Amino acid sequence: MDMQGIPVSAGIAIGKAFLYESVTPASSGSKRTALPVDSETERNRLERAVAEAERQLTELIGRIPAADGKQEADILNTQKYLLKDPEITGAADKAIKERYISAEQAVTEAVKETAAVFSEMDDDPYLKERSGDIEDIGRRLISILTGSGGACSLAELPPDSVVIAETLGPSDTAQLDRTHAAAIITEHGGPTSHAAILARTMELPAVAGLQRISSLASDGDTIIVDGCTGRVFVNPEASVVEEYMRKAAAYAERKRELRKNIHVPCRTKSGKNILLAANIGSPADIDRALENGAEGVGLFRTEFLYLDRSAPPGEEEQYRIYRTAAEKMGTRPLVVRTLDIGGDKEIPYLHLPKEDNPFLGTRAIRLCFIQPELFKTQLRALLRAAVYGNIKIMFPMVSSADDILTAKRFIAECAQELTAENKQYNADAETGIMIEIPAAAIIAEELAPLCSFFSIGTNDLTQYTLAVDRTNESLASLYNPFHPAVLALIRRTIEAAHKAGIPCAMCGEFAGNPEAVPQLLKYGLDEFSVSVSVLPETRRLITEAD
Amino acid sequence: MIQQNITVKNKIGIHSRPAALLVDTASRFKSKITIRNGERSALTTSMVKLLALRVKQDNEITITAEGEDEAEALKALSELIESKFGEE
Repeated sequence: MDMQGIPVSAGIAIGKAFLYESVTPASSGSKRTALPVDSETERNRLERAVAEAERQLTELIGRIPAADGKQEADILNTQKYLLKDPEITGAADKAIKERYISAEQAVTEAVKETAAVFSEMDDDPYLKERSGDIEDIGRRLISILTGSGGACSLAELPPDSVVIAETLGPSDTAQLDRTHAAAIITEHGGPTSHAAILARTMELPAVAGLQRISSLASDGDTIIVDGCTGRVFVNPEASVVEEYMRKAAAYAERKRELRKNIHVPCRTKSGKNILLAANIGSPADIDRALENGAEGVGLFRTEFLYLDRSAPPGEEEQYRIYRTAAEKMGTRPLVVRTLDIGGDKEIPYLHLPKEDNPFLGTRAIRLCFIQPELFKTQLRALLRAAVYGNIKIMFPMVSSADDILTAKRFIAECAQELTAENKQYNADAETGIMIEIPAAAIIAEELAPLCSFFSIGTNDLTQYTLAVDRTNESLASLYNPFHPAVLALIRRTIEAAHKAGIPCAMCGEFAGNPEAVPQLLKYGLDEFSVSVSVLPETRRLITEAD
Repeated sequence: MIQQNITVKNKIGIHSRPAALLVDTASRFKSKITIRNGERSALTTSMVKLLALRVKQDNEITITAEGEDEAEALKALSELIESKFGEE
């Protein structure tokens, strides 16, 4: 059986299906309800399962790479407390003792009851989400009790696992067993989802948007994932497996070849030098970026620092992260995008009102302007870290000259404060903007003199220009960055930049698109910032273009 | 039995991290400790119950401690809350 999904991370893998979240307390809890049970035995089973779950969580916390931040650790730590909560395991134990039910059923009931309390808290999205943590605990305990071991854990995968999930969030990917994961398939999402970005950074093939995959594949099925074309095979015939083994070998060979060339200067045939840079989400990604030939970071997405936690990262925490990144990069440029987030992300501590159109709402720099403390904390951290490297500050969602002037006033204010506090900072850090709103592209000539650089964000520029929600899977065919209107805006932006004597970069997915690269070079694009996995290929495309 | 009213000053109120700190701190004492917010009350042994108190910034809560080390327990918990749980 073969299926067509959305290719979101290149590469070819042949492996065994690993269905994530296949165990649910609701489905497996009622198995043993008919028979009265020996309550002492069941209470012991529960106690051992709790101890095992605690051991697993402790191990997971220990495995989170220090550089990847403490938010994942916080989530797992919370689960450790919930695991021993009298309301959950205490209640389950009591139910076994009093009603002679199985440990599985007792856990299922306790989890369901407790999770329900939280899931009704509609006015507090943070607490509402905790129901997910409680259900997670339930799944873990049930999976230990029923002996399916790590079925709910991504941390201990069998070798060559093709992870199949509805969707993967930051707390799932934090625990992903990076040595045994071969590929990722998700039912939802697209190239810009968290799982896709992670897969490209880790150089794992990934396909998204395969809506029925969980019901069509079972654990252990042979799966072929072609992350270049989006094709996925479940239990293919031997001839197909052979064909793809050849393709995988050819792909690996090609990748090796490409990586040999990472020291070839990134220059077009006509002699124009191009800066090839990487898009990253954490300082931990820098090593892979450099190994793949990045000469800079064109986009450091800082929003991951703000997700899955209960308070925004403070100035010192951010300062340390940016400084680490800057030091790793040395003199190479590190473009840091200020917080790009809005009502589509649940960040309870920001108290964002629910919006009907979050992509047209109070997001990114608009949010920063009305929450000055949030913005200034980040800017102060950036100005201080800029002492240690070549940090450039980039503002997202700019639509007018006023936006730039306001942002610059914030920077001036932060600089003044830092001077008054006698703190070291770099007053000369360059500032530039994302061109991702059509309005900004149209008035690019007016904006360019106010900036040190432009960077075109094609994902949003495309969705705003074409009025196509990029997260809406049914509109995928209308989402076309090659649309003449999008291309016209790209060209206009590059020309405006050059007229003002500043460089123009692109940091959207489009910059790594093999068909787009020659066209972008023709328009005069100066810098290409792409996912780590497509860096070597993009270098080849650039060096082979005129 | 002793009790004290205290206003929660940290920004996020009692979410996971503060709740974990409360459970940890309270577990060092033998006293039975209860926190009340309006009509809801919770024993400090349960993170679930503490979260369900839904304490937000500027809510006034009441801590009650009962046992041989009640004075020390109350002092430790009120200091923790007053320190805003170490938030920046």
